Amino acid sequence: MTVTMKKKDVVLIGFGWTGAILGQELTEAGLDVLALERGEMRDTPTDARYPQVIDELAYSIRGKLYQDLSRETVTVRHGVDDLAVPYRQHGSFLLGNGVGGAGLHWNGMHYRVLPEELQLRTRYEQRYGRNFIPEGMTIRDFPVTYDELEPFFTRFEYVCGTSGKAGNLDGRKIEGGNPFEGPRSKDYPTPPLHNGYGADLVWKGAVEAGFHPYYAPAANCSTPYTNPYGVRLGPCNFCGFCENYACYMYSKASPQTTILPVLLRKPNFELRPRSQVLKINLDSTGKKATGVTYVDAKGREIFQPADLVIVTAYQMHNVRLLLLSGIGKPYNPKTGEGVVGMNYAYQAMGGVEVLLPSGTRLNPFIGTGAGGVSVDDVNGDQFDHGPLGFVGGASVRHVRLGGRPIQMTPTVPGTPKWGSAWKSAVKDTYQRELHIDLSGSVAAYQDVYLDLDPTYRDAYGQPLLRLTYNWHDNEARLMHHVGDRISEIAKAMNAEKYWVTNRVTPGAKYDVRFYQSTHTTGGAIMGADPRTSVVNRYLQSWDVPNVFVMGASAFPQNMGYNPTGLVGALAYWSAKAIREQYLKNPGPLVQA
Amino acid sequence: MMTRHLSAAALLVGLASASGGARAADDAQVARGAYIARAGDCVACHTATGGAPFAGGLAIETPMGRIYSTNITPDPETGIGTYDFAAFDRAVRGGVNQAGHRLYPAMPYPSYARVTPDDMQALYAYFMHGVKPQHQPDRAADIPWPLSMRWPLMFWDAMFAPSPATVPAAASGSADQLARGRYLVVGLEHCGSCHTPRGFALQEKALTDADGAAYLSGAPIDGWLAKSLRSDGPDGLSAWSVQDIVTFLKTGRNNQVAAFGGMKDVVAHSTQYLNDDDLTAIALYLKSLGGKGGAAPALRPDAAAATALRTGHGLPRGGRVFLDNCAACHRTGGQGYDGVFPRLALSSVVNSADPMSLVRIVLEGSRMAPTAGAPAAFGMPGLGWRLDDRDVADVVTFIRTSWGNHGAPVSAQDVARIRRTINSGPTPESRNTVDPSPS
Repeated sequence: MTVTMKKKDVVLIGFGWTGAILGQELTEAGLDVLALERGEMRDTPTDARYPQVIDELAYSIRGKLYQDLSRETVTVRHGVDDLAVPYRQHGSFLLGNGVGGAGLHWNGMHYRVLPEELQLRTRYEQRYGRNFIPEGMTIRDFPVTYDELEPFFTRFEYVCGTSGKAGNLDGRKIEGGNPFEGPRSKDYPTPPLHNGYGADLVWKGAVEAGFHPYYAPAANCSTPYTNPYGVRLGPCNFCGFCENYACYMYSKASPQTTILPVLLRKPNFELRPRSQVLKINLDSTGKKATGVTYVDAKGREIFQPADLVIVTAYQMHNVRLLLLSGIGKPYNPKTGEGVVGMNYAYQAMGGVEVLLPSGTRLNPFIGTGAGGVSVDDVNGDQFDHGPLGFVGGASVRHVRLGGRPIQMTPTVPGTPKWGSAWKSAVKDTYQRELHIDLSGSVAAYQDVYLDLDPTYRDAYGQPLLRLTYNWHDNEARLMHHVGDRISEIAKAMNAEKYWVTNRVTPGAKYDVRFYQSTHTTGGAIMGADPRTSVVNRYLQSWDVPNVFVMGASAFPQNMGYNPTGLVGALAYWSAKAIREQYLKNPGPLVQA
Repeated sequence: MMTRHLSAAALLVGLASASGGARAADDAQVARGAYIARAGDCVACHTATGGAPFAGGLAIETPMGRIYSTNITPDPETGIGTYDFAAFDRAVRGGVNQAGHRLYPAMPYPSYARVTPDDMQALYAYFMHGVKPQHQPDRAADIPWPLSMRWPLMFWDAMFAPSPATVPAAASGSADQLARGRYLVVGLEHCGSCHTPRGFALQEKALTDADGAAYLSGAPIDGWLAKSLRSDGPDGLSAWSVQDIVTFLKTGRNNQVAAFGGMKDVVAHSTQYLNDDDLTAIALYLKSLGGKGGAAPALRPDAAAATALRTGHGLPRGGRVFLDNCAACHRTGGQGYDGVFPRLALSSVVNSADPMSLVRIVLEGSRMAPTAGAPAAFGMPGLGWRLDDRDVADVVTFIRTSWGNHGAPVSAQDVARIRRTINSGPTPESRNTVDPSPS
């Protein structure tokens, strides 16, 4: 029997970054807000307890903070006619779970977006001609511009206490910042993290090779900092345990370290962890959500009525919930009809490994999840794609994440994987090998999408999300070019040896066993036209106007940068539209 | 230590809904009474964990047995709804309830006796018209006969409790800040209940500064040391500025320390709500209290420990324990980070003669009280599960003798005793407000 709860003004589904932002913004507007989170309550004193939290085996290898894939996962296949099988072990992407979501265990790489990425199709068509974009590639413009989002990028950076250095302050170029970035209205709230020795060497090599290095932005405060909500954050101490871990220094921005201390104390806010939402309920017209149905910690099925339903889960879960709820027409890659699930995209990860001369002491255990040195010379459309013939670019950075014993003991190719030869190789390379990350954009394609799996179900008996994904030649060529270009930096560093470690090479198939990136995007994309998008420019469902869908599911394609900065900015942008437009006149904010 | 989840908002809601009632009351008088109730921290003891505000039921450990706070909502059957002003006044300031029974001195009526009749009128207006009635019968104390007889308390009262005040005190924001501060500290805030040592009959050895240097000179309570609030050298307030004290009372922390133990509740329920004039008055008054035995020389920074921690040379065993467990947040210089991780160098808590608070925090950890002015509740994890008594003794000794600190060494036996105290201490559901002995 379904229990019906007292109606709320707003129900948030999922309580990570976007849930926390919407919760804070909408309670400020006086609304009675309920957040439903399928996972456990998590907080710094309980889940970042020092020294237990700096346990590589528990957190990085066994994934203590990740989603339990035995209860719910996705299925994966390469092509539209293949059979998908479940993703049983965390590999390619690391799904979060619990309060804070992946926002609790991310690295803190806090980029914005290069302005041209938001008008990608228009930019390529104008600069390179309409025929430049290959058949089957379905890249789009975002229905919002950098200038419109700028205040919200700033807002999110100031909530996070992000460290960095502006390269473009209202059009004024500043040494040490990124010369290619869009104009900022304000500098970063805290100064850049100190660079380690490795980042200094990469910076110098990049300058010599003609690149434009800058301090990579990090949502890891470099100094104690009090954000606009009055919440104070601690400083990073370079312990080298960011990604996969919660931060015991209260330095890495997470919902817990930036928003929850204020939000959880509000009388008009309620959080119910261990609440798995099964679907968004619609009225008989199918045009209005009446609330959500979820299973609570006791296993009871609950109907929670609400005036406004905001989907604030992870990208994949957002898309799945729309499909399970019958909101929007599912995308069919064979007919091109439908929209929900279309334009799934990913990132193409690679790297340049650099072996420095013997005697170099990088002290790799001095680590941060973000920061270090970036270059954008090969990112976005900051270089001439004309003669190269591919779409996209890559964000490039060297950041020393730490020197942990299991996963951070690199060796040169050809070294045995165990035994005394491996040990002596690790001893030799531990202090002198560094890695330059190449994070390539991935375009959207007609044959890449998300739908419901016809075979596999989760612990609640609901169909799993099916991911149809494979690499395309465009990305292989992009990564080849970027690998070549960034090798020039390695060369300028007087490396003893360097080599490219791209995973996306011509003919390579997508392999979920190896970690690449948890930057999955699309499936509930934003757009100006309801025939080719799921949500409008305010992230409002075209089909059910009292449903909004936050997160990277709104990206029409993926970029080279890490997505969290854009996800946060879009959430604040949408929250403002809800507060200032929707609440006054509930209904579609954009007329179709 | 008990924790509590009552939010300020819940109180405000209670206030709003009750004041919307039909009874005519002077809103300003009720609001003034609400502020006085905050200053008196009535809610802390008269609310059970998770219970309705002021409905009582909180367990309080005493040497005689466990007692329970009473319902002081205006419910006519189970609360104080039938109290007229005289009865209310007699209970709060005289320690005798409407039925004529003597209250246990867990109720700080010897301090409340200083509250002026005028403030009592406002407090009465608030409890009658600003608090939502709750039907919740009081629970009998778990004190066995013959100690359960209350009449002998009249002798205690005659010896130790002063007569209620009859004259008006300095008002908030008045020119006489010292007088205003004294009024708040001695009376409503009843700081001496914890910070003044108690005598043979559990009476506070001094109820005001006029009673001698024992007043607010620090005392053990609930297994914590309620620190000296006098300016008597390294463990008092001599190194705190007036602003340091105001910031501490307003936010639960300053750049020197963060509240721990019972003071977290005091900040959370009472002092954070006081206006800046009153907090400044309190600070000025506390700064006016002289030391127990004259001013001690100020502590001076010493770089030797930081150098030893950075180089590894000349590092005692406690220093190595510090590096492995403490330095990540408190830093090799012991300076911590302002407003985030408390400073250890030259800290008045670290330099207290009695190290029990420091040892206890190392063993159990602590989490800061979230306040409106500083909502981030930074926490320190307990390390008692991984450090044995010698480790703790060594690291606490290292902390107390480094960076210019001059605390006495701590032995493994001291740590063992404190560890036992914690393990046998009051359950989280109860709270000891009168036991003067640490063990």
